[in-house]
Amino acid sequence: MNAIWLAVAVVALYIVGWLWYSRFLAERIYCLDPRFTTPAHRYRDGVDFVPTNKWVLWGHHFTSVAGAAPIVGPAIAMYWGWGPALAWVALGTVFAAGVHDFGALVLSNRHRGQSVGTMANRLIGRRAKLLFLFIILILILMVNAVFAWVIANLFITNPAAVLPVILQVPVAIWIGYMVLRRGGSLLVPSLIALVIMYGTAILTTHYEFLQIDLVRWFGGEGETTALFGLEATPASFLVWILVLLAYVYFASTLPVWKLLQPRDYINAQQLVVGLGILYIGLFVMQPEVTAPAYNTEATTSWFPLLFITIACGAISGFHGLVASGTSSKQLDKETDARTVGYLGALGEGTLALITIIAVATLFASTAEFTDSYSSFAAAGQAGVGNFVEGASQLAGGIGIPSDVAATIVALIIVCFAATTLDSAVRLLRYIIGELGTEYRIPNLTRRHVATSLAVGLTAFLVLVPDGGEGLGSGGYLLWPLFGTSNQLLAGITLMLISLWLYRKGRSPIPTLIPMVFLLAMTIWAMTEQVVLEWSGLREADAEWLLFGLGAVILGFAIWILLEAVRLFRSRDELEALRDPADEEPERERS
Amino acid sequence: MSPAEGSWWELLGRLVRGYDQSLRLGHEAEVRRELQEQEDIVLLLLFGEAMGLPNPASYYTLELYPALIESYHEWHQRMGMDHSPLDHIRCC
Repeated sequence: MNAIWLAVAVVALYIVGWLWYSRFLAERIYCLDPRFTTPAHRYRDGVDFVPTNKWVLWGHHFTSVAGAAPIVGPAIAMYWGWGPALAWVALGTVFAAGVHDFGALVLSNRHRGQSVGTMANRLIGRRAKLLFLFIILILILMVNAVFAWVIANLFITNPAAVLPVILQVPVAIWIGYMVLRRGGSLLVPSLIALVIMYGTAILTTHYEFLQIDLVRWFGGEGETTALFGLEATPASFLVWILVLLAYVYFASTLPVWKLLQPRDYINAQQLVVGLGILYIGLFVMQPEVTAPAYNTEATTSWFPLLFITIACGAISGFHGLVASGTSSKQLDKETDARTVGYLGALGEGTLALITIIAVATLFASTAEFTDSYSSFAAAGQAGVGNFVEGASQLAGGIGIPSDVAATIVALIIVCFAATTLDSAVRLLRYIIGELGTEYRIPNLTRRHVATSLAVGLTAFLVLVPDGGEGLGSGGYLLWPLFGTSNQLLAGITLMLISLWLYRKGRSPIPTLIPMVFLLAMTIWAMTEQVVLEWSGLREADAEWLLFGLGAVILGFAIWILLEAVRLFRSRDELEALRDPADEEPERERS
Repeated sequence: MSPAEGSWWELLGRLVRGYDQSLRLGHEAEVRRELQEQEDIVLLLLFGEAMGLPNPASYYTLELYPALIESYHEWHQRMGMDHSPLDHIRCC
């Protein structure tokens, strides 16, 4: 089958969702009012609260939420064939992610631009604050560990990508300084940055001496090295992880404008360029889908694991943080929320979609697919690599040689993951500080203590899990835990939106259904994994680290469910969510 | 250039500007925040004392004390003051 049909079918569903479902939500459920004074106007300060054109805000929101996660999840979930992954990405985006992102934006807009965390705190109190902090803590730890693993792995498999990635750092710092001192646009400097990076990628692909290939430097695969007697691959892995963590330590303690923001800007360009190349490549090449729609040889069942393997790309709680944290403060009109929130979710859906298509069209035969995706663990290990190869094949459609394309795709994924790592460690530092204040441990609020703890925990989590091939082979094992904590965060946001709708006397069904579905799938999947798999009850050995983390997440999921039930039954506590700003248009009308 | 070409050119310009704006939205906020912070520090140093806030700069200018003490003593005598007019500078 021609892969274009997959893209056409899903994009058609997205368009239907955009035209009808999002309009239904806007008019009947969220009841958007163009006359409502948005926080951007009410608290306009020129920094955080700035009324912004809806398309500009959409672009910013979309590039802030899309990163490496909607690539990693679907690439792993291809294990069950393209059918389940595609169905979950398509339906999840339209009926869950869109509703969630759109709702988080509207809810925050109606509550003075407050973030989801603050609103949960007001509604449930200190308990919710701690619950929220711990879930984000686990979410960030998981994403750190997995992304550090992904980067180290890509550096080992694509040594040509290392130099351009390193070059991005000084170039970004240069852009940051220039814009701070002189002002002006970043467009031209960032295009120069892209030319430098991609130009270097072409050179490193062709000239082996420019490739920083640690495995080769250590004597080649299988050789024993002087580094703790490790073999060349695990030794290279260890070195890359240490280099990465040292980088993250320094990067995350720098001011945001110096490195993180200009890097984000370059990455946003890379996202647009990458998506453009892949979709044009798809339409030019019209490749055949070679992966099976359903992998009949899968030994691990897709239900309910699929729903925690693909989080970003189908529904992600992280979007709620961005929507309620920054985008809601920049809405010019309340009615713009539909474009920014719903269409932003569809944007990320298109990234997940092209990931599935890139992997589904990669293999020469079904046998090759089964070989690469021989087990769920193998899928975790090979997923991202398969995407890199599949995407470079699609890029061939517009004449880019596949080896250069592979370097550039690996480069893009590493850049996305490294920026996420930087902001995640930063966030982790704030959370550790917040927990320090909450539990009266003042030392934890110190910048370098908190950062060391954040980096140390990440190192522990990425090095300890054993994938069976020595040090660093098991980082991907944490991926389902990342998905789970992300879904729980989305669950909390959906709960808050549902409660708000319920209090306003509107139907909370469109938000309640995805919430119940997410919580049910999370609890189901975690129970199965924690109680049966990681405890060692089945034939596999016990995995105590995963067992512990999973048990904590399972506890959180049940906690959220209980809170939701309690809050829906108590009308008095719901009143705590009432915000005078929210009632304004009604007052004016009456 | 014909009018049609002109409008195409204009449309392209608008698209590029919109694209640039959408990407730099977050960046601009951070730059504004940093510049605002730097300005706040300068204002605090200049006018802090006038508003009753102790000026942290005097803590550092204390280091200039040994270097300035002699010329300061000569200055207050030239001005017709026999003793130092400032309590915290005791040159005589």
